[in-house]
Amino acid sequence: MGKPMQVARHWRHFREKYALIGGKCENGHVFFPKRPICPVCGSRNVEEYQFSGKGKVISWTIVRNPPSGFEYYRPYPLALVQLEEGPVVLAQLTDVEPDEIDFGMEVEMVTRKVREFDEDGIILYAYKFRPVLK
Amino acid sequence: MEKPVIIGVGMVPVGEHWRVSLRDMAVEALLNAMEDAGIDKVDSLYVGNMASGSFIEQENLGALIADWAGLGNIPAVKVEAACGSGGAAVQEGAKAVMSGLEDVVAVVGVEKMTDAWPSDATRYLAYAADAEWELFHGASFVALNALIMRLYMKTYGYTEEDLAHFAVNAHRNGAKNPYAMFKKEIKLETVLNSPYVADPIKLFDAAPMCDGAAAVIITSKEKAKELGVPKDRMVELAGFWRAIDTINLANREDFLTLKAARVAAEKAYKMAGVTAKDIDFFEVHDAFTVMAALSLEALGVAEKGKGAVLAKEGQIAIDGDYPIQTMGGLKARGHPVGATGVYQTVEAVLQLRGEAPEGIQVPDAEIGLTQNIGGTGSNITVNILRRV
Repeated sequence: MGKPMQVARHWRHFREKYALIGGKCENGHVFFPKRPICPVCGSRNVEEYQFSGKGKVISWTIVRNPPSGFEYYRPYPLALVQLEEGPVVLAQLTDVEPDEIDFGMEVEMVTRKVREFDEDGIILYAYKFRPVLK
Repeated sequence: MEKPVIIGVGMVPVGEHWRVSLRDMAVEALLNAMEDAGIDKVDSLYVGNMASGSFIEQENLGALIADWAGLGNIPAVKVEAACGSGGAAVQEGAKAVMSGLEDVVAVVGVEKMTDAWPSDATRYLAYAADAEWELFHGASFVALNALIMRLYMKTYGYTEEDLAHFAVNAHRNGAKNPYAMFKKEIKLETVLNSPYVADPIKLFDAAPMCDGAAAVIITSKEKAKELGVPKDRMVELAGFWRAIDTINLANREDFLTLKAARVAAEKAYKMAGVTAKDIDFFEVHDAFTVMAALSLEALGVAEKGKGAVLAKEGQIAIDGDYPIQTMGGLKARGHPVGATGVYQTVEAVLQLRGEAPEGIQVPDAEIGLTQNIGGTGSNITVNILRRV
């Protein structure tokens, strides 16, 4: 039941998932991920925008019954992170104990392995967020 | 425009039905509804279903169910709006009748979830989220709702116990519904002592994985009279609408407002010519306890941030001001995802006919509202039903 073109499916999103590149419209609205129409003003004049990768945790959970493909990693923390430029992204937290996570915790983007051991053999990497190193 | 009426309802008990298949359940519910309406044929069929392709490798449910129910060469299609598929299918049936193109329409909602491993089922449910930006990162559906629940508790100062009242209420009512999956009352401690699935959501904050099918027959008042349906067996679909919101939770303007529900409810209230105060009972989408609270706020029953107060103060009980989940809701009746919206419709019809089981009949119910959520609030249906 393998899906042979899964490589292309993930490769299409390298810029977003490896470098946190989103979109910015002509009126200055920034958003993630990039989309062809600005979700704020509807402008179709959208360029790529590089986010700093800095943000803070606004909500989080610990996934204990994961979807298939993620069993190996359980339990893992998942959070809504508000980037310093405004938009919110969903990502896993890493390098942190569950009881250390709190509202407003300052985090920064790092590139980490998200999944492997799948039937198609692909190892997926993407952004996760860790507490800011002081 | 003339409002359509529901003249027949049918369902099968919700549960883990190892011995029967999706088609068995759908056909049984459908034939029950046709028998209830006193008819032996329909002009078309709309099937509410979320993920039969993933759960049992079967799509083309329109042909499958119409064929096996012996309905002949009629039009039949599947309507998909994630967990909101059932409510959406009822609306598509209603629109077909209102357009005048189809006289008598059958709507069946069905989902067979227990043929899959739990972790696979968890994955299929997450297909209702944004695959690329949510499921990719290991987000289960429960996890996304947990992010909302934590934020709700933090923003308004609620505890897990405050929200647990929704589950207790649902089970209290479900215990009296012979079609419910869990016919058992629970205590607050039962919820609070259950294990976390995705903190702060515990097992008893969440609706179960299950199988089920429910069906309704929709027609015009004129046709209903022609068929000899007595007036007290007709329930009008007085108002309905649905709306979407961002599919990706992270992209939402306000994580604690079900904007799609608010938009759908405003339009449905207007179409029915009623306000939230006129509604005698609400079947809201309590797939998670926090969703019941947010739903009551979006429907205009409670002020923003005050939804959980209604549960705490007991106003959501059958004898309260705003009864909800009169037959157990998703939590106790069960949540066979694509079928849920049709179960809600069947339950609302039974309430309005005065045929609800003893102890959970809302006295003198005239108007009921059903609200069915797909995704984390990304695709929401509101239907208002009224006694003719």
